[in-house]
Amino acid sequence: MNLTLKIWRQKDSNAKGQMVDYKVTDISEHMSFLEMMDVLNEQLVNSGEEPVAFDHDCREGICGMCSMYINGEAHGPDRGVTTCQLHMRMFNDGDTITIEPFRAAAFPVIKDLVVDRTAFERIQQAGGYISVNTSGNTQDANAIPISKHAADEAMDAATCIGCGACVATCKNSSAMLFVGAKVSQYALLPQGQVEAVDRVQNMVAQMDLEGFGNCTNTGACEVECPKGISLDNIARMNRELMKAAIK
Amino acid sequence: MALDSRVPEGPIKDKWTDYKNKINLVNPANKRHIDVIVVGTGLAGGSAAATLAELGYNVKAFAYQDSPRRAHSIAAQGGINAAKNYQGDGDSTYRLFYDTVKGGDYRSREANVYRLAEVSANIIDQCVAQGVPFARDYGGLLDNRSFGGVLVSRTFYAKGQTGQQLLLGAYSAMNRQIARGKIEMFNRHEMLDVVIVDGKARGIIARNLITGEIERHSAHAVVIASGGYGNVYFLSTNAMGSNATAAWKIHKKGAYFANPCYTQIHPTCIPRSGDYQSKLTLMSESLRNDGRIWVPKNMEDVMAIREGRKKPTDLSEEERDYYLERRYPAFGNLVPRDVASRAAKERCDAGYGVNATGEAVYLDFASAIERYGEEQAKIHNLKNPSKEKIIELGEKIVEAKYGNLFQMYEKIVDENPYKTPMMIYPATHYTMGGVWVDYNLMTTIPGCYCIGEANFSDHGANRLGASALMQGLADGYFVLPYTIGDYLADDIRTGKIPTDSKEFDEAEKSVKDRIDFFVNNKGSKSVDYFHKKLGKVMWDKVGMARNEKGLKEAMAEIKQIREEFWKEVKVPGNADEMNPELEKAGRVADFLELGELFAKDALMREESCGGHFREESVEESGEQKGEAKRNDKDFAFVAAWEYKGEPADAVLHKEELEFKDIELKQRSYK
Ligand SMILES: Cc1cc2nc3c(=O)[nH]c(=O)nc-3n(C[C@H](O)[C@H](O)[C@H](O)COP(=O)(O)OP(=O)(O)OC[C@H]3O[C@@H](n4cnc5c(N)ncnc54)[C@H](O)[C@@H]3O)c2cc1C
Ligand code: SF4
Ligand code: FES
Repeated sequence: MNLTLKIWRQKDSNAKGQMVDYKVTDISEHMSFLEMMDVLNEQLVNSGEEPVAFDHDCREGICGMCSMYINGEAHGPDRGVTTCQLHMRMFNDGDTITIEPFRAAAFPVIKDLVVDRTAFERIQQAGGYISVNTSGNTQDANAIPISKHAADEAMDAATCIGCGACVATCKNSSAMLFVGAKVSQYALLPQGQVEAVDRVQNMVAQMDLEGFGNCTNTGACEVECPKGISLDNIARMNRELMKAAIK
Repeated sequence: MALDSRVPEGPIKDKWTDYKNKINLVNPANKRHIDVIVVGTGLAGGSAAATLAELGYNVKAFAYQDSPRRAHSIAAQGGINAAKNYQGDGDSTYRLFYDTVKGGDYRSREANVYRLAEVSANIIDQCVAQGVPFARDYGGLLDNRSFGGVLVSRTFYAKGQTGQQLLLGAYSAMNRQIARGKIEMFNRHEMLDVVIVDGKARGIIARNLITGEIERHSAHAVVIASGGYGNVYFLSTNAMGSNATAAWKIHKKGAYFANPCYTQIHPTCIPRSGDYQSKLTLMSESLRNDGRIWVPKNMEDVMAIREGRKKPTDLSEEERDYYLERRYPAFGNLVPRDVASRAAKERCDAGYGVNATGEAVYLDFASAIERYGEEQAKIHNLKNPSKEKIIELGEKIVEAKYGNLFQMYEKIVDENPYKTPMMIYPATHYTMGGVWVDYNLMTTIPGCYCIGEANFSDHGANRLGASALMQGLADGYFVLPYTIGDYLADDIRTGKIPTDSKEFDEAEKSVKDRIDFFVNNKGSKSVDYFHKKLGKVMWDKVGMARNEKGLKEAMAEIKQIREEFWKEVKVPGNADEMNPELEKAGRVADFLELGELFAKDALMREESCGGHFREESVEESGEQKGEAKRNDKDFAFVAAWEYKGEPADAVLHKEELEFKDIELKQRSYK
């Protein structure tokens, strides 16, 4: 198929960006979206132009690097996938596709489609861990049985890949789904109880400090999340916050 | 220089404990004055950085991604081995040790493997304490699955995302130390050289990938944990950015590179579909627990399937060739990876491949779905359940076990693997070879260590499934933090290493010169053009089966591609900005050297062992006819190569392998 691409180009964080039109031809429906971008970039390199910078690495939906806002949707029109898992069979010959970076005040653009998501790092550093040193004499792993239910639910929360689609999608640029997922993983496990109060308070405080917005329960994040992280995690985080406030 | 593996004396089961008791320690107050650089924050580097910081060292950690959480370890699916014997099926430290040495086709260092098996149980304890949500059974205890090449169930897993969960565990431990200021994290930084002062590794030169700035970083020791070099094939299951640059740079500064030809071609990957393909996707080995591999028995059916006249589900049991079950009745679909890959290639080379390219075999879940369905029907007390009901119940169980993998497959191939068998084909996946290290995980450069997939140590000529995660975490959490102390004990009075020395000047200059060359070269071809060309030579001539003629041609062709690359490569953009093409150019330049050494090593090794199959070395008769033939008399050594300028001039050093605790045998999975 032949396509028109409208892509956000921005030289660096200080430059003003703009949308630029490109054409690509002979795109196979079996290509992934990023392979289509590779075709464009090869074309640009061969004609001496600078290729479009975009984040990507694993290309199998797990590293969380890729982050494009395609036709007004984070990770594009398909559901339950990251940008790298999106396939061209979702598009039709002759389509015009707009491609922008994930936008949020807390995610400044570095170049073209690449954004700075280190705000997520600082939130994790504020409390996204259990304080246990490596020693080689921790208690036996089976010493604390954990119900399969709790373990599975913790696992579901823990599958967040830190991509930031939830933030990019939210009209308030809220990071509640991302933070809620981490808080929930530990809240559901006995190992996480000791530091539960500090954890939720510190992580939420850092989230506010980074300039992420409030949650007004529109639920857009859950819809766009490639890993199906559920809104229940936000509710659980709010309960943890209430509990912490009482303690 | 003679190779000294520094394996301690004494019986194998006491070596590590005795050694730890005698090793030099650095007192906690002194650790504050010692800096350690860790390049790479995957399972190996992440666990090492966190543990070293917990101990009190000042750690500087580097990754080319924007977060440690995105290292390629995140993509590991299937699981991690540990000799816990929770299933009571006869597992033990010795058995894990034995399986790993045998699985590696007797080309690994016994003492290292024993230590790995010994600390494996600690890894699981540590990860659970960190909150890693491993799969559990209904009693609340940890669950296990089995992987290829073994007869026990010792693999711990977190759905199909084990690597992700383990890495997030190490990441959380790192975050705690970053918050305390004990780790300084340099995201989006790429190490481009190591700096050696008075014969010791004392720092690195790194490029800030956002600004393009070239930075100097000093430390008392440098740890390389930069992962494997599978991308030398262009197409592999590695991440797009996975590269050999860090490992190759230290090789050029004096670290020997061991066994580069030992590469794992993984049997179960999604077949390639076209020339535009940028990477290959793994379907976890765990699928072979329940999936059965086959191709049609008759050529007419193969043709009918390729032309779309028949569907695989139309073929009766008698019309299918479950070739692994046929050839290897004892292990069946769970033979080790090298064996399974070669068997798939054998069938496809004979013309039985089931897709248009002729390079695909089936991985079929129909029997498993039926078996689970019947089991569930009994559990739910259903009398005379219909076939549909059984399938429905069975599919639920299969979904619970492998749901995310099935979804991944469906998204890529656009076929429903619950209803029709998956198509799979082998792809490059893991590199057993790597930087040579001694028992302390130190390279031949004093003070320069190498851990995780980047080193060569524990898997011999073939890695068993679920053992890379184990090794990365063993190295980072439990081995390196001890052994590095022994070295650093001499540095407590050294003080900060200055970065204004001539050694730093020189290293920085050579890095800058190379970058300037790339951005100023007015070539005519993109970096990918050369990378793809290299990959094709590697796959065709240094792939699953190798022979003398092909390897010699490969060496010459790679050299030619390299020469053309330095003339014709075109890199748009500038040095002082974010420039992904420039990053790729540097990596491909290194692959173009590594690829040639790889072929040279394969040429030298005139035997078949593990992932390295020489067509000239097969069993000629008897029960094992046609199987790989190892030559222990002449080749029971580690090939460690010393850099001498051109890859073709590299000098071979042999570390002879002794097997005192295991008897060398022909590996039989029949
Ligand atoms: C798809 C897939 C599935 C797998 N499944 C399993 C499994 O189920 N079980 C199992 O045991 N093994 C599995 N493996 C193998 C295993 O995942 C890897 O061998 C292991 O994770 C490697 O870890 P590492 O820490 O050595 O390197 P990586 O995780 O690759 O980390 C490399 C690090 O080095 C950094 N880096 C690289 N070069 C530079 C540079 N020049 N400068 C700065 N930083 C640099 C990167 O940023 C990254 O942080 C799988 C591998 C793949 C590809
Ligand atoms: S919650 Fe979902 S959308 Fe948000 S960062 Fe995690 S995986 Fe991405
Ligand atoms: S590139 Fe890793 S999730 Fe898309």
